[in-house]
Amino acid sequence: MQALKKMDRSFRSNLITYGMVLLAWLLVGLASSAGLLSNSLQGQLVPICTYVVLAVSLNLTVGILGELSLGHAGFMSVGAFFGSVLWLCIGGSVPGWIGLVLSMLLGGMVAGLFGLLIGIPVLRLQGDYLAIVTLAFGEIIKNIFNAVYLGIDSRGLHFSMSDSASLGLGADGKVLINGAIGITGITKVSSFTAGIFLVLITLFVVLNLIHSRAGRAIMSIRDNRIAAEATGINVTKYKLMAFITSAVFAGMAGVLYALNMSTVVAKKFDYNTSILVLVFVVLGGMGNIRGSIVAAAALTVLPELLRAMADYRMLIYAVLLIFMMIFNQSPQMLAARERLLGFIRRGKRLAGKKGEV
Amino acid sequence: MALLEVKDLGIVFGGLQAVSRLNLTIEKGHLYGLIGPNGAGKTTVFNMLTGVYRPTEGSIMLDGENIAGQRPAHICQKGIARTFQNIRLFQDLTVLDNVKVGLHNQMRYNMWSGILRLPAYRAGERRMNERAMELLRIFDLDGEAALKASSLPYGKQRKLEIARALATSPKLLLLDEPAAGMNPNETAELMNTIKAVRERFGIAILLIEHDMSFVMGICEQITVLDYGRVIAAGTGEEIRQNPKVIAAYLGGD
Repeated sequence: MQALKKMDRSFRSNLITYGMVLLAWLLVGLASSAGLLSNSLQGQLVPICTYVVLAVSLNLTVGILGELSLGHAGFMSVGAFFGSVLWLCIGGSVPGWIGLVLSMLLGGMVAGLFGLLIGIPVLRLQGDYLAIVTLAFGEIIKNIFNAVYLGIDSRGLHFSMSDSASLGLGADGKVLINGAIGITGITKVSSFTAGIFLVLITLFVVLNLIHSRAGRAIMSIRDNRIAAEATGINVTKYKLMAFITSAVFAGMAGVLYALNMSTVVAKKFDYNTSILVLVFVVLGGMGNIRGSIVAAAALTVLPELLRAMADYRMLIYAVLLIFMMIFNQSPQMLAARERLLGFIRRGKRLAGKKGEV
Repeated sequence: MALLEVKDLGIVFGGLQAVSRLNLTIEKGHLYGLIGPNGAGKTTVFNMLTGVYRPTEGSIMLDGENIAGQRPAHICQKGIARTFQNIRLFQDLTVLDNVKVGLHNQMRYNMWSGILRLPAYRAGERRMNERAMELLRIFDLDGEAALKASSLPYGKQRKLEIARALATSPKLLLLDEPAAGMNPNETAELMNTIKAVRERFGIAILLIEHDMSFVMGICEQITVLDYGRVIAAGTGEEIRQNPKVIAAYLGGD
């Protein structure tokens, strides 16, 4: 207990967040083995993890850095396609989890590279340029993957922008990316446990980054760019750091998502997906990582849970959205939460004192 | 050699010559005042010294190196820190974290030590906390360290801004109207704090202020600016008697 008190506050709060995720993993595991989970809900487990990772990583850009990004699905898409292609190439020759990890590393790296390419010119500007450019990036990436044909045979990789026949594959060749049809024939390798692992790694990196020297620099830019510069903060460097980290995890989430499907099409990663993730972030509270987790999980699973109520499904969904918005955004509600927290803390302190006497 | 030597500094905005042929010499460990009527160009001078504006002419020599036109973050690292006329704190960060951002370049550990919580992170954070608390104590803010900066009362926000600037361990501190909006008691207290800071850290301070008793009370040298030009420079007594200064403040020809 004493040791727990000595730890700094941020570390304790992080432990609670990790604990939440582990508890969810345990509960779902139990429920699943007891046969309490419906098939459709079972199918939502990996997507939930995907959206949690996406929301947490987007929160780093939107809530912590204070820049609006509307192309998070674009980074997800890049990760999904590069990761899946690698998995199709090496899947037969390595154990599943190694293949998954390698695919995630590749997907994350390539997404990060795109983040760097976008970030270098755009993050030097002030204003809403990042929102505009990321919006365009998402659309461009979608259209490129819609038109790309990639195949492999004994002579190596073949690439074309017209159709699969022009790839000129040998007899032993197979088509990896088939234009608008996307990637087919993926052997499913993602699992809920793998998803939880990725969520934990994302949380570990993001939370520790926020509570470090670099994180303070990033938040100082959000709060007052001019003062941050005058205090000696290299603004471009820390903006890039936050944006690229965010892109890397979006890419990894894309791999997790793709390797849970048998087919991957570019259309899935469109503007609507980007906005959906942004909704999770805004509803969970900007800069509130735990809020992002809850919002992403709840809003992904809710439409499935409400399927039975058919007609009222979207109504309840909408009411919940409004309720979360009030709970996390309204100043009165935030003040009330603060008061409640203060009350609980005071109570604890008093109880502690009594115990000592 | 003087700490800071400004020679023939000038800036033009469109067709407006906001500041022209400004000369200023600042010696180590001294307190300087920059005064003048509204719109005289005082804050513009600060913005040129800290790299917010790029001067169109002249040079700014800090320890023999011309820093005119360099980026603000770079100039801060070279040793000029500042506060702002309209307070610019990191509102959503705690009081302690505001000062720790100031220590950013003083106490380093890299990103990976932070993410992986390596020993360098712990040692770095501990040293930063100690140093930041030390600075907060000087300004009597140590009791509020865990509060959000935005929840501080106005006077304390001004003090916190000075503490943050000092955290960058500057050679020269620029204060833009530090006593603005303060009552006489707070102003007197701030005067003592500024004197104490100068003595304790041995830094030079240049301040803009409208409160004449404040400026006359602590500044050893005063420069008066009007329409972007220096119209007088000297000790408080000399300035008080200068007819040009009286004309600038009270009107007349």
